Amino acid sequence: MAAEKPRVVTGTRPTLVLRAEADSGIRRHGREAYPHECCGALIGREQLVMEALALPNATGEGSRRRFLVRPVDYRAAERRAAALGAALLGFYHSHPDHPARPSPYDLDHAWPVFTYVIVAVEGGEPRALTSWRLRDDRSAFDEEPVVVEEPKAAGGRRQAAGEA
Amino acid sequence: MGHKILIPTPLRVYAGKQDVVEAEGRTVGELLANMTAEYTDLRHHLYTEDGKLRSFVNIYVNDDDIRYLEKEQTPLKPGDTVSIIPSVAGGGRA
Repeated sequence: MAAEKPRVVTGTRPTLVLRAEADSGIRRHGREAYPHECCGALIGREQLVMEALALPNATGEGSRRRFLVRPVDYRAAERRAAALGAALLGFYHSHPDHPARPSPYDLDHAWPVFTYVIVAVEGGEPRALTSWRLRDDRSAFDEEPVVVEEPKAAGGRRQAAGEA
Repeated sequence: MGHKILIPTPLRVYAGKQDVVEAEGRTVGELLANMTAEYTDLRHHLYTEDGKLRSFVNIYVNDDDIRYLEKEQTPLKPGDTVSIIPSVAGGGRA
């Protein structure tokens, strides 16, 4: 299936920057977990995700369409962030054979402040990767642009959305 | 003497941007009531409109979930640390 077209970064919304290893780690986790959902923590500073920490999906509601991070794993993510002198920025999860857009269930269970990264996995292959943040009144998510920081040798940044 | 309460990242903005706050209470319920009296913006993130703890809020005393202790009646001993831990959940299809 064709990947979605890259989004053009416009406006003043903050852009989420993924280190290349974090981007590839999220995509790899999505591929390995398919057809189940994967999940993990986003650790970094401000809008830079330095590390994607894979966590077990502990849902008891069917892991092909749900994910749950256990409290013990949540605490491990906070500790990992503190050990790096960084912050827990949010969480990622995959949508197997489903668009990289938040579902009503995602909205119901979202927390303020956190960034939520979603990667669509189509037929086992990671495709579009998007990032979302809950509005203060909990009424909806706003999408934030995502760019991937290239390894230092390559330099520069590329847009993440729509890449396979 | 006060007990330490560990505040998770998404709620720190409602707790004076602190990761730890202190409050007094003989039980978990008292402690949380005293904390939210001081940090009122925390209240609607922790409690439903009818005053029950939200299902996606986990409260731990040291390493134990209060659901498996005496819930909000769980007594506190000197030196106990209370943690507020969000359940993080979601998923693709409805």
